[in-house]
Amino acid sequence: MSAPRADRSERSACRMLVLAAGLLLYASPARAQALAADLTSHLIAITTGFTGASVVLFGATDGPGDVVVAVRGPDRDMTIRRKDRVAGIWMNTNELTFGNVPSFYAVAASRPIEGILSPAAAAFYRLGIANLKLEARTAAPPGTIETFRAALERIQQQAGLFVSRIGKVDFLGERLFRATIMFPSNVPTGTYLVEVFLVRDKDVISGQTTPLVVSKVGVDAAVFEFSGRQPGLYGAIAVLTAVVAGWLASLPFRGA
Amino acid sequence: MDIYLPIAEVSLDIFVLLGLGAAVGFLSGVFGVGGGFLLTPLLIFIGVPPTVAVASSANQLVGASVSGVISHWRRGNVDFKMGYVLLAGGLVGSLLGVSIFTLLKRLGQVELTISICYVLLLGTLGALMIIESIRSMLRLHRPGVARRRLHQHTWMHGLPLKARFRRSRLYISTLLPIGLGFVIGVFSAILGIGGGFIMVPAMIYMLGMPTAVVPGTSLFQIIFVAANVTVLQAFTNRTVDAVLALVLLVGGVVGARIGSRFGTRLRGEQLRFLLALMVLAVAAKLAFDMTVPPGDLFSIAPEKG
Repeated sequence: MSAPRADRSERSACRMLVLAAGLLLYASPARAQALAADLTSHLIAITTGFTGASVVLFGATDGPGDVVVAVRGPDRDMTIRRKDRVAGIWMNTNELTFGNVPSFYAVAASRPIEGILSPAAAAFYRLGIANLKLEARTAAPPGTIETFRAALERIQQQAGLFVSRIGKVDFLGERLFRATIMFPSNVPTGTYLVEVFLVRDKDVISGQTTPLVVSKVGVDAAVFEFSGRQPGLYGAIAVLTAVVAGWLASLPFRGA
Repeated sequence: MDIYLPIAEVSLDIFVLLGLGAAVGFLSGVFGVGGGFLLTPLLIFIGVPPTVAVASSANQLVGASVSGVISHWRRGNVDFKMGYVLLAGGLVGSLLGVSIFTLLKRLGQVELTISICYVLLLGTLGALMIIESIRSMLRLHRPGVARRRLHQHTWMHGLPLKARFRRSRLYISTLLPIGLGFVIGVFSAILGIGGGFIMVPAMIYMLGMPTAVVPGTSLFQIIFVAANVTVLQAFTNRTVDAVLALVLLVGGVVGARIGSRFGTRLRGEQLRFLLALMVLAVAAKLAFDMTVPPGDLFSIAPEKG
């Protein structure tokens, strides 16, 4: 049902893109804009059959250079707990909360980042998991903060929410590029930012940010919204549905 | 084939969920336990967030218990009077249990408290049951030995407010089932389960109910306890995933039907022996988990609010 809509938006996005690229390549005065990029779709619709999605990023540059793409989900606080052995039993003994943790983070580049970008620039533009500006909300000795941060990065990577492998940005010729951004099925909802950077001589020359919305649609969105708006009624309906389902299930067996 | 769960916010294989529902439903059909104490950890294991797993299992338990009660009721194996009396105690107990739970949560360590409670409770119950069922099985093989006395008079029989429970063939004080329901209500609110696996042995050993009547009556009581938990969870935590519950239910009701037929073919003491084994296995697993170094010392705390 949503396929034609997605198609249409994809086509119009492509058209816009071609237009933008055309302007850049032929009509624009020198140095007006070094980089232009857009996504094939600005919405990832989570439906009942959702198993992950991919979005294609297209763009053009005004000349040779490398392109780095970062995808960042909405920031949130995240608490990490650590277990220790107390009297033979493992229990949570310590916790640390980090602020500004992106709920999703992935990077793609046309070449390995270390080779094309200085460490200072990578840190400034927060490119790479190690360069995320996670803030410890609670005071703790510096060593502790680092261990907890490492744990957070590792757990998020295992969940596929921090993508450790740098994705590929492919150049078609010298100026046109494309990158495929993959999202896992557990992708958090919200407004994402897709940042595109043009890199020359180990520094960022130009950048552009495009929003991308990850949202539930259809029945799932309705269920989710209803559960938040009318929690009591939702609970009652959930119980009633279960009762009816249980009763129905015992019918076909009657007399057997 | 994957299905996206709107509240849990993950996609899971629908056949895994159906199978899980069927397996747990089978157990609930055989023993009259809701199976929540198995379903919840299994859901967490396959990737459902713990808070959603607890709440949605309660939701699926409602449906599974309804269909279980119907099939037991057709065989005349539900003591409704006993069920109502247990329930009255249970609802009051669960109110107290919820406030204890809130207190534990504020103090932290709620998970560990739950695990320790489980181990102590299940370990004791399981050990007692296994000893008893082995004894009675041995007794059956030696016909010459005198049978257990049907009626042993203890202090319990001196309590006031006596009432007749026809189906259970009991004439006991209503204070007993009310008290039992109360204690189980407290536990089930703290442990987030229907309480069937505590209820079933307690009905057999403490109240002296005939084994055949126990599963149906226990399930009858679980319907209401689980419904109560579902609404409370939906209201306070918004963690009930109705889609997940429904999928589990489809598998669960099929499993429960098969299970309840299977259960009627078993003799009472065999049933009790198997249940005891299962209870002990869960207790051993939980005790083991507490002492084994965790694979990852670090974990992400569930989001607050």
